[in-house]
Amino acid sequence: MATVSVTDISKTYPNGAQAVHPASFDIADGELIVLVGPSGCGKSTLLRMVAGLEDITTGDLRIGDRVVNNLDPAERDIAMVFQNYALYPHMSVAKNMAYGLKNRGATKDQIAAKVDEAAKMLSLTPLLDRRPSQLSGGQRQRVAMGRAIVRDPALFLFDEPLSNLDAKLRHQMRVEIRNLQRRLNVTAMYVTHDQVEAMTMADRIFVLNAGKIEQIGTPSEIYRTPASTFVASFMGAPPMNLVSAKGVGRQVLIGDSAISHPCADGDVTLGIRPEQVTLSDTGTIPFKLTLVEELGASRLLHGKIAGQDFVVNTPNDDAALADDLLLDFGLDALHLFDALTGQRL
Amino acid sequence: MTKITHNKKPIRVSDLADHAILIAGALLMLFPVYLAFTTTSHDNITLAREGLQFGFGDQMGANFYAAMFEKGGFSEQIDGTSMLLNSLILGIGFAFGKIVLSMAAAYAIVYFRLRFATFAFWVIFTTILLPLEVRILPSYEVVTGLGMANTYTGLIVPLLASATGTFFFRQFFLSVPEELVEAARIDGAGPGKFFIDILVPLSRTMIAAIFIIMFVYGWNQYLWPTLITTDESLFTLVRGIKQITQSIYEGNDIPEYGQAWALAIIAMLPPVLIVIFFQSWFVKGLVESEK
Amino acid sequence: MKRAAFSQPLMPVALLLPQLIIIAVFFYWPAGEAIYSSFFLQDPFGFGSNYVGADNYTRLAKSSEYAKVAGFTLFFTVLVTFLSLGIALLLAVKADKVIRGAKTYRTLLMWVYAVAPPVAGFLGALLFDQNIGPITDLFAYFGYNLQIGLNYNDTAFAMIVVSVWKQIPVNFIFLLSGLQSIPVAVREAALIDNKSGTRRFWDITFPLLAPTAFFLLIINITYALFDTFGVIDIMVKGNPASNPITLVYKVYTDGFRGSDLGGSSAQSVVLMVLVLALTVMQFRMLERRIHYT
Repeated sequence: MATVSVTDISKTYPNGAQAVHPASFDIADGELIVLVGPSGCGKSTLLRMVAGLEDITTGDLRIGDRVVNNLDPAERDIAMVFQNYALYPHMSVAKNMAYGLKNRGATKDQIAAKVDEAAKMLSLTPLLDRRPSQLSGGQRQRVAMGRAIVRDPALFLFDEPLSNLDAKLRHQMRVEIRNLQRRLNVTAMYVTHDQVEAMTMADRIFVLNAGKIEQIGTPSEIYRTPASTFVASFMGAPPMNLVSAKGVGRQVLIGDSAISHPCADGDVTLGIRPEQVTLSDTGTIPFKLTLVEELGASRLLHGKIAGQDFVVNTPNDDAALADDLLLDFGLDALHLFDALTGQRL
Repeated sequence: MTKITHNKKPIRVSDLADHAILIAGALLMLFPVYLAFTTTSHDNITLAREGLQFGFGDQMGANFYAAMFEKGGFSEQIDGTSMLLNSLILGIGFAFGKIVLSMAAAYAIVYFRLRFATFAFWVIFTTILLPLEVRILPSYEVVTGLGMANTYTGLIVPLLASATGTFFFRQFFLSVPEELVEAARIDGAGPGKFFIDILVPLSRTMIAAIFIIMFVYGWNQYLWPTLITTDESLFTLVRGIKQITQSIYEGNDIPEYGQAWALAIIAMLPPVLIVIFFQSWFVKGLVESEK
Repeated sequence: MKRAAFSQPLMPVALLLPQLIIIAVFFYWPAGEAIYSSFFLQDPFGFGSNYVGADNYTRLAKSSEYAKVAGFTLFFTVLVTFLSLGIALLLAVKADKVIRGAKTYRTLLMWVYAVAPPVAGFLGALLFDQNIGPITDLFAYFGYNLQIGLNYNDTAFAMIVVSVWKQIPVNFIFLLSGLQSIPVAVREAALIDNKSGTRRFWDITFPLLAPTAFFLLIINITYALFDTFGVIDIMVKGNPASNPITLVYKVYTDGFRGSDLGGSSAQSVVLMVLVLALTVMQFRMLERRIHYT
């Protein structure tokens, strides 16, 4: 267990490509941080820099009170769960878990006790003598977890550990990983491209885009006050509606409709979450419905406002819907972003 | 707090050692051939007096000219050009024959409902158990008995009696998605059309890879050509190496070292260049074919 | 066979026939012939042959000359196999590790694959030549008089050097491809689990390379037994009696020079059994390999 402290860390490849722009952050003891972003955003690179699998171009990385920039991965007191599990195919489950301990000079008894404990925790006990090739995907995933747990590392690293599992198993493992991490009270960094995983698991989320950290915050902060149009559209399903609008006087104009809301004059991007919109006969914004997606408990209404794509998420009341509807929303549901930079205003 | 701004790792001693080992290995591979080139560039008298040469001289052209165009052998009828031609015929003929035969056989085994397919497979498969070398004498007798000694047919066809290519294409065909043949049948393609329009284009890389490997294999054949061709006009370069060696050791006057080296280089160069030039195909074919 | 196989009856037969005919005539017939004639003794004057039962085999078993050749073949095979595998493994591990120049190294270390064994033998014969060979000069400098073609041991040494040289590239290609097929993540997991590069190699990399290495073991044994014929034929310089030769070379000399058809055939059959055993071993191993992946 340890804190992680990162100062101006960056990664530039020899060909000049900047994979990670200078970033600074701290991770508290026992905290679970999720790095989320589209593929190629640098989240895995950042994680691998912490692991020591990628060189750090500039900056300082501390785990606990040590600067670990130039330490080998094995010396950083970390454990990592890989996307494809990376189990040693020629070793049994027990040996896979024991290998890292053995190399750190643990005695036979210590190893046996640790492996046993981890196996119980992950219900792997009956599988200890099997080879990885004889396990299902979910079981392999557990072994990879076990291999990390037995080591009692200062820091857990997860690199998209659930992306190879089917939806049901993914949900189950999500809960399990979170529980384990809480129980062991270990600091963890978790990389995923799945915003649902990020929202459900994280103490804090780091949203990355094009090698930069766009926003750091708790899941509800990220959801309620996204720092940019990128964060707004990446987090949340279906994503936040973003429409071009104009600030005039103390009003925001969307096409012909006006909403009174403090706003500087000029072009803005207006963000509204689909679930914060209601259908109302007294609504202010006309909505042209084109398609209804039934989700059971709710419906997604696809259509246009002022000629721009717009989605509404509304409770399913089985009512027949006309093609032309009116929308209403509270003023606190409005997010304003700079039309050019995408930054929150 | 110590601020580290540049974490570029220093060049480590172990990295240097790695390169040193690799360079040593590369030199070990290159050295004999380098020596072959330098030596060919000197005249025979220098070579007989001073041994192999480490630097380049000015006789390279003359020696290669002599090697290619000066008639030699007992019959005074062969020169490097005719041997080169024979080597090409053997290499290309073998590679071509191998591909045609084995693709056809593999196609029949994989894509047809055939009662004796398994039997045919095993009949072909068994051939990998016994290389030509262990049945060399009876093979020689059989081929001679058929009147094929000193013919291109006798030179090439017996070498084709092995399973390697068939195996390779069978593996490859099995890995082609099943849906493809289903789709083709729905589109109205029969076995001939499917083969020509779908399978051959799909196999292009594989065919190229196998062609390279088989060409090198055929070009480099030694024992079989040595036995089956006694007529010097059918000698290949590799087969001729023996005569070249003998001419060095059994000649009375000054051995024709320069010419001999030139011929050795010509015997070596075409397959080497092909392997280097089509390296990725070649490696892929080699590694895949042994799986 | 594919699920949606074609069912035309004649076409597959026509496709298979050329291959089958060639195999029947040039493989099964001679192979059968070899087994058959191993039970006969050829009349020295060429007037037919007599059935002698297992005499040819017992003659082999008692022959001290055959035992000597077999002994050398074993020695030669073991040395060529382990030296070329060992050197190739070292080079492959390094070539897999370096980033700068990796492609160049790969090319420089594999092209010798395409050199024919007799051409390699020719290069060797001249490098080790009595009068003009630089390697002989090198040995002379250290006070040893290398006599290739005259001294049994010296010739054996040169043959092994040349055969190893010729075989390094094949091993290198396969070992490098074996190394590169080990998943990157597995290596990275090992990097986190173990600090020592040497230990990582023996604990993780080498066991994962073992199937490739075993397969290569068989390939190398086959190479040393059969494909080195060209090297040996050139390096004995037409004088196999006083020089080291392998079993295959003896099959050839006894059959073609000694005209001992029966004896040579019996030797062929012994080699057939040997190859058969090797192949069976190889397939056993192939089955085990499947477990890994």
